[in-house]
Amino acid sequence: MTTALRTRGLRKNYGDAAALDGVELDVATGEIFALLGPNGAGKSTAVEILEGLRDRDGGDVCVLGTDPAWGDHRWRARIGVVLQEARDFTMLRVGEAVRQFGEYYPAHRDPDEVIAAVGLTEQTRTLTSRLSGGQRRRLDVALGIVGDPELLFLDEPTTGFDPAARRQFWELIRSLRSAGTTVLLTTHYLDEAEALADRVGVLSHGRLVDVATPDRLGGRDRAEAVVAWEQDGKRRSESTAEPTRLIGELATRFRGEIPGLSVVRPSLEDIYLDLIGSGQEGER
Amino acid sequence: MSTMTTEGVVETAAAATGAEAGRPGRAPAGEVWRIGKVRMRVEIRQLTRNSSLLIYTFALPVVMLLLFGTIFRGEIAGTSATYQQVYATGMIGMCVINGALQNLAYAVAIERHTKALKRLRTTPMPAASYFLGKVASVLAATLAQVAVMLLVGVMVMGLRLPADAGRWFTFAWVLVLGATACSLLGIGMSSLIRSEQGSAIVWLPIMVLQFISGVFIVFSTLPKAVQEIGAVFPVKWLCQGMRSVFLPEDFKYSEPAHSWEHGRLALVLGLWCVVGLVLCLRTFSWRGRDDG
Repeated sequence: MTTALRTRGLRKNYGDAAALDGVELDVATGEIFALLGPNGAGKSTAVEILEGLRDRDGGDVCVLGTDPAWGDHRWRARIGVVLQEARDFTMLRVGEAVRQFGEYYPAHRDPDEVIAAVGLTEQTRTLTSRLSGGQRRRLDVALGIVGDPELLFLDEPTTGFDPAARRQFWELIRSLRSAGTTVLLTTHYLDEAEALADRVGVLSHGRLVDVATPDRLGGRDRAEAVVAWEQDGKRRSESTAEPTRLIGELATRFRGEIPGLSVVRPSLEDIYLDLIGSGQEGER
Repeated sequence: MSTMTTEGVVETAAAATGAEAGRPGRAPAGEVWRIGKVRMRVEIRQLTRNSSLLIYTFALPVVMLLLFGTIFRGEIAGTSATYQQVYATGMIGMCVINGALQNLAYAVAIERHTKALKRLRTTPMPAASYFLGKVASVLAATLAQVAVMLLVGVMVMGLRLPADAGRWFTFAWVLVLGATACSLLGIGMSSLIRSEQGSAIVWLPIMVLQFISGVFIVFSTLPKAVQEIGAVFPVKWLCQGMRSVFLPEDFKYSEPAHSWEHGRLALVLGLWCVVGLVLCLRTFSWRGRDDG
């Protein structure tokens, strides 16, 4: 497994406050890595340092074999960046904007193909200022992938999407992974991380507090499950590390179907709120 | 940045890619030019889509020329040049100032504010290509404005255009050098505009520059000290060059040096281009102050 991106002891201060306080991050080539964290946890700061847009105060960073602080045009030709929501290039049509960005790269994808991939073929001749929020965001992605990047940064890509648009968007990101693109994604949405990411990192107070696959984050796989059922007209529940054994016992007791059976493991959201120390932050 | 160590990273860099050196490289000139041409097309296209700016841009020099030409009539004492001719050259200076220092500075500030610049920074587009696009947009706008203004001048005000190719050649190089110098200055000035509403900050210096450069007032009638301050900036030289194109040869005796000073003119404008480019490459900021 090769590494697309690695940080060691990454630090960034704003005044006296440490925005990033020794972040150790590894992203493998070809994976989708989701960076979760509350507002102000340092997600965007970290991503902008990795993109070469922001200086750091300490630590080592290596992105596609290069320190982003020294990244030149050849290095930038290998990354794709989708920044947080922007309203720029309002005087251009969709097709013109994508074609323009394609031409900045020595080898780029076919602009029409990219426009089709993000589902904007019908809007090719529409001024970007006339696009809806979701369409505009898909244009942002088109501009980020038209250079055929090895590594794609997505900073909160689906903010403001309706559920259907988000699912379409996830399909697009999955198709990029199938084509071999590494993706570093920041998001507020836990279901997005769960649906897309191979691994999830949780950033809190400038530190990575946990990194794991979505189903193992924060010991989620080992956490006790709550088994609930109905007995004598009452709801009963029991917390157990061995739900299968308990269900077996219940099945014997009820001689078959267990009325109102449910098995609940802690959701990613429960684990996440636990990791970032819920209540400390005003926002999620 | 100060405590950052790069040795370890460079090592991993070599290990990871096996080929590329850790040192950043500059884009080759051919690439700067190729992408510069892409930027030129985009810039000029964006310009033509801004219809209100377009109307203002084309109307301003024509209206100003008609106003000045109506108020001041006849020949300037001691020369065979008419006021109309002098003001026509002044208006060319004004077109460049408006395009390069006002509209361009504002446009760059807006691109910084809307994060268009930040987005461009994430691509392999060289900064010099971006500047090329901006200079081309100012040149194109100025050329179009001057063409319309001269047409009106010839039809309505009896303006005579030079017939010899030599003068048109002078027109070309003076305009290219002058517009380039002013555009780079305008890109530099864009940093003074900190928000969408902040463009007023550049109006005052632009106003002063127009007066001390002989755009609205015949340069030779300005006080000596003001002339000398004006001579530091490129606009004075641009206007002087345009006078050498459009005014009768004997007008040169009214100039401060009693000559058109083509050599010095080229030198000053060329110097402004070089200094402006270095300044832009070194100080140009791709992100706004409100963005960390």
